[in-house]
Amino acid sequence: MKNKQLFWTVLGLLLVLTACSQPAQKKVKPIQIVGSSAMQPVVEMGAHEYLKKNPAQKVTVQGGGSGTGLSQVQSGAVEIGNSDIFAENQSGIQAEKLVDHRIAVIGVAPIVNHGVGVTDLTLTQLRGIFTGQYQNWQQLGGKNIPIVVIDRAHGSGTRAIFDEAVIQDAKKMKAQEQDSNGSVQRMVADTPGAISYVSFPYLKKTFTTLKIAGVTPTVNNVTTNRWPLWGYEHMYTKQKTSPEVRALLYFMQNSAAVQTKLLPRLHYIPIQKMQVVKDENGQVTTKSSEVVNDGSD
Amino acid sequence: MNPKTMNKLALTTIKVITGLVVVILAFLLGRILLQGVPHISWRFLTTASQEFVAGGGIAYQLFNSFYLLVLTLLLSLPISLGAGIFLAEYAPKNWLTEVIRMAIEILSSLPSVVVGLFGFLLFVVQFKLGFSLIAGAIALTFFNLPLLTRNVEESLKSVSNLQREAGLALGLSKWTTVLKVIIPEAVPGIVTGVVLGAGRVFGEAAALIYTAGQSASVIDFTNWNPFDAASPLNWSRPAETLAVHIWKINSEGIMPDAAAVSAGTSAVLIIVVLLFNLSARYLGNRLHRKLTSADK
Amino acid sequence: MDPIKTKIQTRSKETRQEIWGQLLSYAAIILIVAVVCSIFMFVASKGLATFTKDHASLRDFLFTTDWSPTTMGKDGRPLVGALPMIAGSFGVTVLAVIFATPFALGTALYMTQLAGKHGQKLLQSVTELLVGIPSVVYGFIGLNVVVPFVREHFGGSGYGILSGAFVLFVMVLPTITSLTVDSLRAVPSHYQAASLALGATEWQTMYKVTLRAALPGILTAIVFGMARAFGEALAVQMVIGNATLMPHGLLTASSTLTSVLTMGIGNTVMGTVGNNALWSLALVLLLMSLLFNLVVKWIGRKGRI
Repeated sequence: MKNKQLFWTVLGLLLVLTACSQPAQKKVKPIQIVGSSAMQPVVEMGAHEYLKKNPAQKVTVQGGGSGTGLSQVQSGAVEIGNSDIFAENQSGIQAEKLVDHRIAVIGVAPIVNHGVGVTDLTLTQLRGIFTGQYQNWQQLGGKNIPIVVIDRAHGSGTRAIFDEAVIQDAKKMKAQEQDSNGSVQRMVADTPGAISYVSFPYLKKTFTTLKIAGVTPTVNNVTTNRWPLWGYEHMYTKQKTSPEVRALLYFMQNSAAVQTKLLPRLHYIPIQKMQVVKDENGQVTTKSSEVVNDGSD
Repeated sequence: MNPKTMNKLALTTIKVITGLVVVILAFLLGRILLQGVPHISWRFLTTASQEFVAGGGIAYQLFNSFYLLVLTLLLSLPISLGAGIFLAEYAPKNWLTEVIRMAIEILSSLPSVVVGLFGFLLFVVQFKLGFSLIAGAIALTFFNLPLLTRNVEESLKSVSNLQREAGLALGLSKWTTVLKVIIPEAVPGIVTGVVLGAGRVFGEAAALIYTAGQSASVIDFTNWNPFDAASPLNWSRPAETLAVHIWKINSEGIMPDAAAVSAGTSAVLIIVVLLFNLSARYLGNRLHRKLTSADK
Repeated sequence: MDPIKTKIQTRSKETRQEIWGQLLSYAAIILIVAVVCSIFMFVASKGLATFTKDHASLRDFLFTTDWSPTTMGKDGRPLVGALPMIAGSFGVTVLAVIFATPFALGTALYMTQLAGKHGQKLLQSVTELLVGIPSVVYGFIGLNVVVPFVREHFGGSGYGILSGAFVLFVMVLPTITSLTVDSLRAVPSHYQAASLALGATEWQTMYKVTLRAALPGILTAIVFGMARAFGEALAVQMVIGNATLMPHGLLTASSTLTSVLTMGIGNTVMGTVGNNALWSLALVLLLMSLLFNLVVKWIGRKGRI
């Protein structure tokens, strides 16, 4: 008999479990943010700052990839979708139905294993490497080590930035792919002859960061577009949003806590610091004196 | 070759092979523990994790892992007991049973990412459970079910038929015989299976990334009302587990001590699994003694 | 009415319990079957959409090698050549199982036939612990230990099928071992007693009697090991290099069905060709595990003594 009771208790518990998850959510309207896993830490920290001032609000930030973020915000399953690529460039997304809120700019830099003997490449040389034109570092003035190209997964935001600035219309060769900055870091550090790219927060001393035609990858060079490998961190919402979501987004874009304290510390570039604007086709224009409408009103 | 020499040679080979397997495990464990244990401290176990600065701990992740395990077992144990009993005791020997058996085996060889995405689309999005412990527990139940069911079935089948006959001869129904006679006898086997499953659940990451989520919301350990969102017992909050934490800091972590945190977390994970294993056999035997009149 | 008559005609407490019990166990099994069916239908509907909705050709999918589902080929169909991944998956799986089977057999024989009680317990814990190590951790050890090892001793960049197989070898070892142990234990001990009584040595008994009798079980163990290897994602993904190229050898970067699936799924949007093509890979994984199970059944029938 005892075991039968156990069965029923468990069954009852399950019903309660599912039933109770509902009312718990009704008190405050929680904000769910899903998307780019690279953006997750920064958005999470920003939300954390926001919660210090609005303790009643509930915000959950999840990764899952830019594609997931965009498709979930489009289907209305979540309030905000993080993406490090333009919605216009993501197939299957109706960008006109979404509103873009850019919170920061991120730079990307090519990195190589310490032993290759090269520290500076031109964009053309870099393109040559990723299209398979060069096979050995000797061809580029380095040591006699075969080149091991490590690419990022198709659809990754970092890869989109890199491809747009470096590869352009050329056909990239098929290479090894990794799905995160972390694994790229480790692989480039450990694999002789390896070349890849990571975003600025992931630059480390365990590998060599390349200059491009003499320009170093710094925040200042990004703000003027002298360093061309950069892109926006977008937070997409639907056309209609709740006041809670608007307040959070305003905080992310304008508060000193996020823009002047948090972002620079993490090697992101605050959106106000940019002297140029990039559109979804990669066209860069100088910011006019008045504040350019970045679609975030 | 002389059969005796052959015998010696074969037995030695077997022993060497077994020795090698033990060495492989020792190497793996040694490596994980040597790298990780120096980073484990009371502070590491009891403070919240950090995204950007060094010195983060794993308090929430540790709790979440255990809680998720408990929820998963609550969901999967009754179902797999029922299913195991069916397969061992009631199932007719026909094609339908074969199909069912195959279905269970297919479930066990599903790649975890598929289960995770299925759970995500169905439970997180469709049923509006959100990224939550309960969604994670359901996804993990999918993993655990085939393992546990198979295990329950095997354990029940290994019980001698004499016991069944004895039960039936006493006038008990088949069901009561199973519950009161067969299951108690099979408990050590079932418990071992549960532990094996628990180990797998504890280390699962891919299925949880999309269901339980990868952020550890702040929880208040003084609030034990399961309906409050800040309570540790709340099952509709997103919860990052130890395995997901390891995966996350290794893929996108930018804290300066990422390697140390990852090594420490791996070591904690392994130690917990080790403890499970040690306690399992003890627990199984205790239960067996308590439920039956078996000698020590 | 006659109390005895009522007692005989109404259902006894035992009968009612029996009915309840049966109901519960049937309900549990139906639930599991429903879960499997729904996952199957879900994956199938998404995976088939590549061919029905996006008009990719099944022949391209199975026999060509150009995997870039978001771009269209010359014939206006998406390029979904999945052969490199299928080959990669088979490569790592078969190799891993070839490595693991002798080890698993040896360990299982030792555990069931030779070891004392303590040895058995120790080895049981060893296999259980090997299961308990999370695949993420296996992946990192693979990255730090196996990849440099392969690079130094076999050449190449270290990323490739061989490294993947080494990592999977350790991961499938406990699966094959524990299932083999089960099937060896299921061999009635009087078989062995009879063989030993006839004057056979221990090894002859193991080889000619125990292993023969347990063969269907052992083959089942191997196939389940293969199924596990086929479905493993995170650990393999870290060491195989993930290049969607036809593997030219064991040392060049290649990819498996799971690695491409895991990496791509978050970066594609539900309902697009890119996403559907990934679900097609998942469907292949499902069908493969179905095939593995059918093979097990077939072997079981052929090998019955």
